[in-house]
Amino acid sequence: MNTPQDPKNALASPLASRTGSLVHAAVRSRLVWPAVALIALLVTNVVKSPNFLSIRIQDGHLFGSLIDILRNGAPIVLVALGMTLVIATRGIDLSVGAVVAISGAFALSIIGGSDNPNSMGVVLGAVAASLVFALVLGAWNGLLIAVFGIQPIIATLILMTAGRGIAMLITEGQILTVSSAPYKVIGGGYWFALPASIIIAAALFALVAILTRKTALGMLIESVGINPEASRLAGVSSRVIIFMVYTFSAVCAAIAGLMISSNITAADANSAGLWIEMDAILAVVLGGTSLAGGRYSLTGTLIGAFVIQTLTTTVYSIGIAPEITLVFKALVVIAVVLLQAPRTRAGFARLRSRKGPSVPSAPREKAIVR
Amino acid sequence: MKKILGLALTGALLVSMVGCAAGGGDESGGGGDDELIVGFSQVGAESGWRTANTKDIQGAFEEAGIELKFSDAQGKQENQIKAIRSYIQQQVDVIAFSPVVESGWDTVLNEAKDAGIPVVLTDRAVDSEDDTLYESFLGSDFIIEGERAGAWVLEEFADADVVNVVELQGTTGAAPANDRAQGFRDAIAGEDKFEIIASQTGDFTRAGGKQVMEAFLKSNPDIDLVYAHNDDMGLGAIEAIEAAGLVPGTDIKIVTVDAVKDGMQALADGKINFIVECSPLLGAQLVDIVTTLHDGGSVEKRIVTEETTFTQEQAIEALPDRQY
Amino acid sequence: MDSAVPIVEMTGISISFPGVKALDGVDFRMFPGEVHSLMGENGAGKSTLIKALTGVYPIDAGSILLAGQPLLVTGPADSQRAGISTVYQEVNLLTNLSVAENILLGREPRRFGGIHWKEMRERAAAILHRLHLDIDPGSLLGSHSLAVQQLVAIARALDVNAKVLILDEPTSSLDVDEVAELFRVITALKREGVAILFVSHFLDQVYEIADRLTVLRNGSLVGEYRTKEILRIELVHKMIGKDIAVLTDLDTKTRNAVAETTTTIPYLAAVGLGRKGSIDPLDFAIAEGEVVGLAGLLGSGRTELARILSGIDKPDTGELKIEGRTQRLRTARMALKRRIAYSSEDRKREGIIEDLTVRDNIVLALQADRGWFRRIPRRRQDELAASYISALGIRPANPEALVRNLSGGNQQKVLLARWLAIAPRLLILDEPTRGIDVGAKAEIQRLVSNLAEEGMSVVYISAELEEVLRLSHRIVVMRDRKKVADLENDDVTVGQVMTLIASGADE
Repeated sequence: MNTPQDPKNALASPLASRTGSLVHAAVRSRLVWPAVALIALLVTNVVKSPNFLSIRIQDGHLFGSLIDILRNGAPIVLVALGMTLVIATRGIDLSVGAVVAISGAFALSIIGGSDNPNSMGVVLGAVAASLVFALVLGAWNGLLIAVFGIQPIIATLILMTAGRGIAMLITEGQILTVSSAPYKVIGGGYWFALPASIIIAAALFALVAILTRKTALGMLIESVGINPEASRLAGVSSRVIIFMVYTFSAVCAAIAGLMISSNITAADANSAGLWIEMDAILAVVLGGTSLAGGRYSLTGTLIGAFVIQTLTTTVYSIGIAPEITLVFKALVVIAVVLLQAPRTRAGFARLRSRKGPSVPSAPREKAIVR
Repeated sequence: MKKILGLALTGALLVSMVGCAAGGGDESGGGGDDELIVGFSQVGAESGWRTANTKDIQGAFEEAGIELKFSDAQGKQENQIKAIRSYIQQQVDVIAFSPVVESGWDTVLNEAKDAGIPVVLTDRAVDSEDDTLYESFLGSDFIIEGERAGAWVLEEFADADVVNVVELQGTTGAAPANDRAQGFRDAIAGEDKFEIIASQTGDFTRAGGKQVMEAFLKSNPDIDLVYAHNDDMGLGAIEAIEAAGLVPGTDIKIVTVDAVKDGMQALADGKINFIVECSPLLGAQLVDIVTTLHDGGSVEKRIVTEETTFTQEQAIEALPDRQY
Repeated sequence: MDSAVPIVEMTGISISFPGVKALDGVDFRMFPGEVHSLMGENGAGKSTLIKALTGVYPIDAGSILLAGQPLLVTGPADSQRAGISTVYQEVNLLTNLSVAENILLGREPRRFGGIHWKEMRERAAAILHRLHLDIDPGSLLGSHSLAVQQLVAIARALDVNAKVLILDEPTSSLDVDEVAELFRVITALKREGVAILFVSHFLDQVYEIADRLTVLRNGSLVGEYRTKEILRIELVHKMIGKDIAVLTDLDTKTRNAVAETTTTIPYLAAVGLGRKGSIDPLDFAIAEGEVVGLAGLLGSGRTELARILSGIDKPDTGELKIEGRTQRLRTARMALKRRIAYSSEDRKREGIIEDLTVRDNIVLALQADRGWFRRIPRRRQDELAASYISALGIRPANPEALVRNLSGGNQQKVLLARWLAIAPRLLILDEPTRGIDVGAKAEIQRLVSNLAEEGMSVVYISAELEEVLRLSHRIVVMRDRKKVADLENDDVTVGQVMTLIASGADE
């Protein structure tokens, strides 16, 4: 009756005394379809160009399509990382795209305005200034939401709308092109043969994973997201938590902004980070975190972000006509979202666990999800 | 948002004022006959090119001593329609605008026509069947731009046997993207040795150009030429080519359209091989058209911007004076 | 009657949720014209069994026959069409619509594409008549008492020609007369041959109305009995599975404790504490190790006082002293820092974090107190969870089970564990035993008296006066947002308190 790959039945088994790891297995099972999508996309690429997965050393650093996906995916990973925590608290941050534009513009305007754009000190100062600026912007979002109780979608919409304007003011409507070797490293350079942006994103991801697990932050974020009122009565400082996640989200977006501008050595107030908030939200949702808040999965977000980036790269490399690019992307996303929908998963679970329908069956998600 | 609100309020105010004037029997309009007032609705401020375009138009009108009412549609057609309606209510003498999109203009243009206000399109066209809705369309001919790029390619690769071309297209569906692709293809159609092996949109942005080019470089080993629909995508492609250990301008030739300052710098540095100009400097020509119309003269239905092309030497020469 | 053919026959039903085996091979049957009561503690599997029958949950194993045919339903709507109607504890009706509309919602008779209002009223009237319910079908549902609304819900269930009617805790919000009215209707339906499943925590009612009982415990079947053939004490024994002596033991123990209480300086004392629209200024004091019962009707100010004492609501007037020092508790967090914990009556909204594990829920308040950065080490969390799970008898005894999958009584115990984990000096319990069964109730009561003996001050709020009287050293009676009495609990009777609640004759 019970097959091993059916997480529901496996969990229910009376033998499952160590349910902790099995609960994790269930969470991970939501990631099956995004992971399958990721693999399918990679396979498609390999079929089209067999050496897609090959990585060679070029000028002392790694070079190949996979590296491109990781490098170009880094900004989405970062923004989605911040977004995951925001969404876990039942919130949403629409302003990340604007923050991406602002941070790049701000850093480059400082570097461009300095006497020596190639000085490491100037670049570090500019990066620090950008991050502090983002901290202020995130704190603004946090203030509106945690203290004034404005709905997250409205509160962050304010910065989303105003933010690009701020970026345009900084760049005076131009694309700021600044050539600065140290700055170039963030998005386009290499450390230990690997693109620096991958290392930065991986480090931040690891930091968040450790921070949320080794402190109580993860549990408290979920608690606030699942039941804010009960959390408050249990003495959880929801305001502090909410304030923190929005501030952190802005800092993540700012680092992504530095990467994007560094990658093209230019700050483009109009197109930098355009729609990245949607990509990030999509990555979070593909990763199995519910927009209703509560339990979240950082690994899921990571997979989701790379599904999105690989999809973009696939479109370019298998030569999908520009006119149907968006339709193609939409189809892949719909397929993944449908396949991981609770109802569909319940259907698959039934198919696997029942040879013949001896008894009536009803949507399983009522028992598991709601 | 404030701007729109402001415009709407101004519009509402002016309606009531016009109402009063009409009651007084004065049909000549608020603008007066001697004082020339032009309403201009810009697409937005989406690129350096656009900003230069705005500055040039504002500068040219200021120099000519003509009052220019300027509004920024922020990339939204509805804002632009609102702005045009407000200009009609203000009874300006001439309306000029760069349409955000090609279609959906008939109603508002008819309103302008009924109000007896001539309309001039700048930079971008509309797809109205009735060409009496506007007096003139001043702007670049994107097909010619594509053809010029193609012509240079024919010459540059005269001795080659096979030429593998990759194309970085502009925003899918935008007129410049469609026409630049068309013109280029027309120009190279006669020669079989040219093959466009990959074509993808880079959304007119550097980041887009870079990502697309990275993917092209992985899936197509023998690229001879990059044709980018604007300088920004070309600049992105340069970064991708350099990262792949190749020399842009030498290993892979690059031809782009626009001739903004950053592009010209790359051309002067030899990283881009040829740039077809798409000039944002429409101001002077627009002033001419407006004054002619105001004086009762007639203008050509289609006026092409005065544009040129640049080679490396010309770029080095032009660069110090390049404003945008 | 056993020779009759059962209308419902469920055999070997098993259902599992992540971490919980909710039902394990349970058999259950119902006969036409019979009232069958499903008995068991919270978490025994009663709700799950009902949901299996109504198609809300798919079953993992077993079979369900309805009138001899396999029942193939994939949801409540389906099961209703098959002739199984359910009336839930909370009436799911629309108070802003008419009685007739509520009865026929979703099945409105139609004519010319519109609703046939006349026929609708007539049909509703006929059903109401069948229930001997004399109300105007056109009147707004909201204008009627909760009891009438409950009967309308039954009328709605009957309109589909139900062969099986499930009544889940229908009497929990009804008074004595209303219960009598409901039972009259049930008896009438029984005579019409409807099989009725009656779930209630009130033993008296079960013995009055039920013909047959099925007892579940921990998801397993204990047995099926004729009501007249089983003594109450046997039934309770079968339900809680342990010796009934613990219940009586508790009674004497607490009564003894009362005598030992001495009047020292109060742990917490409030003077003129009030909040506009919530409670009128009053004095309140509680000593260390004292249990103070708060009695009063819903809305009398008992919960409101508790919320002010625990920092959730801010008082407008008055002063609060803890161990002689003036304190201002502006948030729940501040109160918790002073070791004052409030367990809300609204378990779902203000209590549990349902998607977190039992362990997370238990350590939540303690962790919140330590701040987000200093996480309680995992080993300490496991110890805490394990010790409270065994001390309070939380079932399933799995710290990693999601709290949403626990029964109400066990959720309540998890909450208690959460507050106990911060070692409170003052514990305010608001209706800690509501909606939970005899066994759990007794356990919680015993726990409270033990805690008080160890020196914890407890404010105990309950609508059940017997419970308040049994546990408390002192009783504060609230009425209309005022404190009307403050009695030492020596030989205070339910009748006395009832009189105070009703009229406040003493003051």
